[in-house]
Amino acid sequence: MSNYLLKIYVTGQTPRSRRAIDNLRRICEDELRGKYEMHVIDVLERPQLAEDEKILATPTVVKELPIPIRRIIGDLSDADKVLLGLDLQSCQPRSDTASGKERSVDLA
Amino acid sequence: MTWHNHRGPVAKLATGIPGFDLIAYGGLPEGRSTLLSGTSGSAKTVFACQYLAEGIRRNEAGVFVTFEESPQAIRKNMEGFNWDIPAWENANKWAFVDVSPHPGQETIISGSYDLNALLVRIENAARKVGAKRMSLDSLGGIFAQLGDSNTVRNELFRIVSALKDLGVTSIITAERTEEYGQVSRYGIEEFVTDNVIILRNGLEQEKRRRTIEILKFRGATHQKGEYPFTVSPNQGVVVIPLSAIELKQKSTDVRIRSGVPELDRMCGGGFFRDSIILLSGATGTGKTLVTTMFIAGGVDSGERCLLFAFEESRDQLFRNATGWGIDFEKMEAAGKLKVVCEYPETGSLEDHLIAMKAVVDEFQPQRIAVDSLSALERVATIKSFREFAIGLTSYIKDKNVAGLFTATSSSLLGGSSVTETHISTITDSIILLRYVEMHGEMRRGVTVLKMRGSTHEKNIREFTIDHKGMHVGKPFRNISGILSGHFMHLPPGEIERLRELFKDDIDVTAAVGGPETSGHPR
Repeated sequence: MSNYLLKIYVTGQTPRSRRAIDNLRRICEDELRGKYEMHVIDVLERPQLAEDEKILATPTVVKELPIPIRRIIGDLSDADKVLLGLDLQSCQPRSDTASGKERSVDLA
Repeated sequence: MTWHNHRGPVAKLATGIPGFDLIAYGGLPEGRSTLLSGTSGSAKTVFACQYLAEGIRRNEAGVFVTFEESPQAIRKNMEGFNWDIPAWENANKWAFVDVSPHPGQETIISGSYDLNALLVRIENAARKVGAKRMSLDSLGGIFAQLGDSNTVRNELFRIVSALKDLGVTSIITAERTEEYGQVSRYGIEEFVTDNVIILRNGLEQEKRRRTIEILKFRGATHQKGEYPFTVSPNQGVVVIPLSAIELKQKSTDVRIRSGVPELDRMCGGGFFRDSIILLSGATGTGKTLVTTMFIAGGVDSGERCLLFAFEESRDQLFRNATGWGIDFEKMEAAGKLKVVCEYPETGSLEDHLIAMKAVVDEFQPQRIAVDSLSALERVATIKSFREFAIGLTSYIKDKNVAGLFTATSSSLLGGSSVTETHISTITDSIILLRYVEMHGEMRRGVTVLKMRGSTHEKNIREFTIDHKGMHVGKPFRNISGILSGHFMHLPPGEIERLRELFKDDIDVTAAVGGPETSGHPR
């Protein structure tokens, strides 16, 4: 049974796209094995879907379930931020980020 | 166009925004992006929407990329301008790309990213409707969502460059923090460098004054400096293109009756049909009377007359006219007269100008009277007023109709008004009404100061007012200094002496056949 519904939007098969998909898959396998469903959506193939979902940047992960809906932008190379976005706070070594409210700084 | 006929090597796309294409010498540089920068409330979004709306009227589809307001909000806000965006969306002529922030959804950034998704969406929307026009409003909104970083800047630069490949002519709006200073917040002008337009909404003497300035069009010409504009409920942005007005009015030598036969004679046979007449005088000298006679004279000649009144109410005007034996009500019932009364304070001068133009267009009058122009002075700065006066006179002249404006001079005796100072050079005729003090009695004098393209009488004549209107009598012969208000009564011997002194002058006037030789009826 899957509790997590994750959609990852990418633009074409770029190295960044592959990196993001790999990173997401690894984190999910580590933390959510057997409890998640993951869809990869290529914006180039589904532009209207990107419009409807208001996808601005790629790669973007949309955590549709469980609520609250949350978006994670980037190649997901910062695993802590991804865990934060997936509400997996228990794995967070630090307690001050439990609120998850802070907006992260772009690392590019 | 006059000598500005050259449009430069860059083709222009006519926007259809009233007045704008005149100052832009044809429109926006085609196939390029133009930055539209302005402070909060400077009508950027209206301009950006109107650009697309006017495009649709010309069968050019458009894409609206919104970074701040939601499409729902824009659809709703633009209803007031009668722009039916949902209908255009259904007809596949208008497409939104919604980049507005989604409340309640938190975004976390982890690692590097790009804005390819946005670019793909923009391309998709442009392809879907076959867009020729695009508005991005306002680009800086993306910094509010993703933060200001090198990534965002590089990506925006890439997107703006990509717009060129889409073959669209785009407007990119940006917010600025002050009316005079940095072009835009976040330095958006770094991305859109070719063409820059600035909208201003300045506060001057407690009055808001909107202006538009084309800062640059790379490789193309345009009018320079700030032009006033207004946002009208029916038309949206309307630019008032002052110096872009062309001096192309045709000239006619057809004369029309002023409504006062003696005044016609003083003017050398009546006003010209396409002239602007300024009637100046202190309060109570009879300006409204002359205006009323002018209207009645027009209606008598079978002309349609339009009267804009800014000082007196309809009832007062009609009662006054009745007092001089003129029945405005009958004229209006016959469709020959339209009286529009308005408090000057009901709007800015730009609004008044737009409204007046609309009435003129609708009623198609052959003569127009404005009583008084001076009343409008008090709702504006001198600069706005001058622009208004020029805008109105050029519009009336363009229609080839006669316009009579009244101006109130500030002092009872002599003096001139601000109105006169600003519009005297653009008027064709100037008639002065003055109080004349004679032996402890106030009398009224009238003189024709200027009559472009015609001889006219140089005398200052006395006139009286009774239940039949205005009656012009004899010239004041033994008094001088009427115009300055410093009267000097001259003994008869002195008049004779002066007559001898300027004998040549008098001979010249007589040779021309000046009306002063023809006696007067009263």
